[in-house]
Amino acid sequence: MNSTRFYFVVLVLVGVSYLTTVFIDNQYPFFAGFAILQLIIMALAWNILGGYGGYVNFGSAAFFGLGAYGAIVAYQLFGASLPIQILVGGLFSALVGLGTGYLTLRLRGVYFAIATLALLVVAETLIHNWDYVGGAAGAYLLPKRNLDFWGVLIVGKVGGLFGNNKELLFFLMCILALLTIVICRAIEKSKLGRGLAALRDNEEAAESMGVPTLKLKLIATTLSAAIMGVTGGIFPYYMTFIEPTSAFSLDISVNALAMPLIGGTFTWLGPVLGAVILGTLQQIATVTISSEINLLIVGLFLVSFVIFAPEGFLGLIKKYSKRRD
Amino acid sequence: MLEIKNLTKRFGGFTALSNINLDVRSGERLGLIGPNGSGKTTLINCICGVIQDYEGEVYFDGESLNSLAPHKRARKGISRSFQIPKPFNSMTIRQNLIIPLEYAVQEGIRSHIDMESEVDQIIENMQLSELADQLPTNLTQIDMRKLELARAMVAKPKLLISDEAMAGLSSSEIDDILKILIALNENTNVTIIMIEHIMRAVMSFSERVVCFDAGEVIANTTPEEVVKVPAVERAYLGE
Repeated sequence: MNSTRFYFVVLVLVGVSYLTTVFIDNQYPFFAGFAILQLIIMALAWNILGGYGGYVNFGSAAFFGLGAYGAIVAYQLFGASLPIQILVGGLFSALVGLGTGYLTLRLRGVYFAIATLALLVVAETLIHNWDYVGGAAGAYLLPKRNLDFWGVLIVGKVGGLFGNNKELLFFLMCILALLTIVICRAIEKSKLGRGLAALRDNEEAAESMGVPTLKLKLIATTLSAAIMGVTGGIFPYYMTFIEPTSAFSLDISVNALAMPLIGGTFTWLGPVLGAVILGTLQQIATVTISSEINLLIVGLFLVSFVIFAPEGFLGLIKKYSKRRD
Repeated sequence: MLEIKNLTKRFGGFTALSNINLDVRSGERLGLIGPNGSGKTTLINCICGVIQDYEGEVYFDGESLNSLAPHKRARKGISRSFQIPKPFNSMTIRQNLIIPLEYAVQEGIRSHIDMESEVDQIIENMQLSELADQLPTNLTQIDMRKLELARAMVAKPKLLISDEAMAGLSSSEIDDILKILIALNENTNVTIIMIEHIMRAVMSFSERVVCFDAGEVIANTTPEEVVKVPAVERAYLGE
């Protein structure tokens, strides 16, 4: 798809997502949509380092959780508004991502994966023991029923752009997901993307060909962490309550890496497909059976794709279409 | 052009290189021989920066390389091919060749280049035109070696280190690679260090041959003379 058509589709989707908040009264689609969009962003964020760069990161939940708690700190300190909470969450995670990357990116393969897992445990332990943000008991963040910005009523039952906070957050999540897709597509088409692909294929050869591998990995880690942090930054406002065990849950890390592996890691479309497939199935399972089986679904899909379609859903399509030709 | 002074590299208690001193002239064709484990690949890893915790100094064009990462050494004009080919498998041959141009050339040696024409030219020189849009996984052994050399040469380096580019090739394929290396040296005046076990190739390619054994230089002379050195016969050629 050429760039003009791509950006036109993005703009159309922004419009469609706003119109759904206007015309749909039932709140469940916004709840389910928010969850799936959150997964899409997480999958795309993970894929920047894991898919484009080939560095498997088990610590995504740490960046998500730190983003969420960054928002809580901003709220506690100066009663920050939602956009500021999201920004602080993203910035906080980006800084931690940069620092962590600098310390761990000289490690390769399984050693890097273990280091990122350790980051998750350390971050959760720190928050557990930090009373200012509620410690193990968690923290509340109560959104306003009526939200206005420079005299424009953003959320309000009568005359507001959105009827309630859930609709606003769904729309915001749509914007963030589309923005993340735009960023990922730009990376793929850039020198940065080609450099990351080279280091994924063979790091020693890439370095010998002049690719500054450490610098590229640091950029990828910081970007990936920032996007995870932004997703985390919106989370306390959505949930109104947050506690460390769920904010730093290993489920988040597993989901974040499973979705790109299921969809395909080479382009932005793979993680989006993986997230839509997995997110939809998890929503169906949650409604019809129980959310407890969500991780089982992820596990079964992950194992099946690793064995039968190691290049993900997109790889499978490519293989099938080649055979037909 | 390349000066190696008192270079020593130890892996724990094992000394892989011991006090190596070596000068390589601009435009020279140097053969590096020696039995397996004698330190040849360790030496080129020290030159390219893959190994940096060595003792001694490596100078290139009068400048010390000691503190430079491998990618910065590549931008100074040092390029290599690998003993076991390491192509970028997710990219076509053409895309493989774009990487050094984008990074080594644009950020280091020259600022404005026509990448497409540079890539087309080297693809044609290496006789890879028909395969240009294929993935490396489909290549034969000889074409894989050509790709390695093309990728190393596309940035127009000053020094090319060819690490056993002829390993596993048939006699006629060895001649092909030999022709390519000699043509590269004659047409672009690139200095070439060739590590090779195939003595026929070393003898016809090299202007000078350096022989390693147990991390030390045991001979440094012309191809005609090196085969007569008793230490080389004992350590490498067989008596």
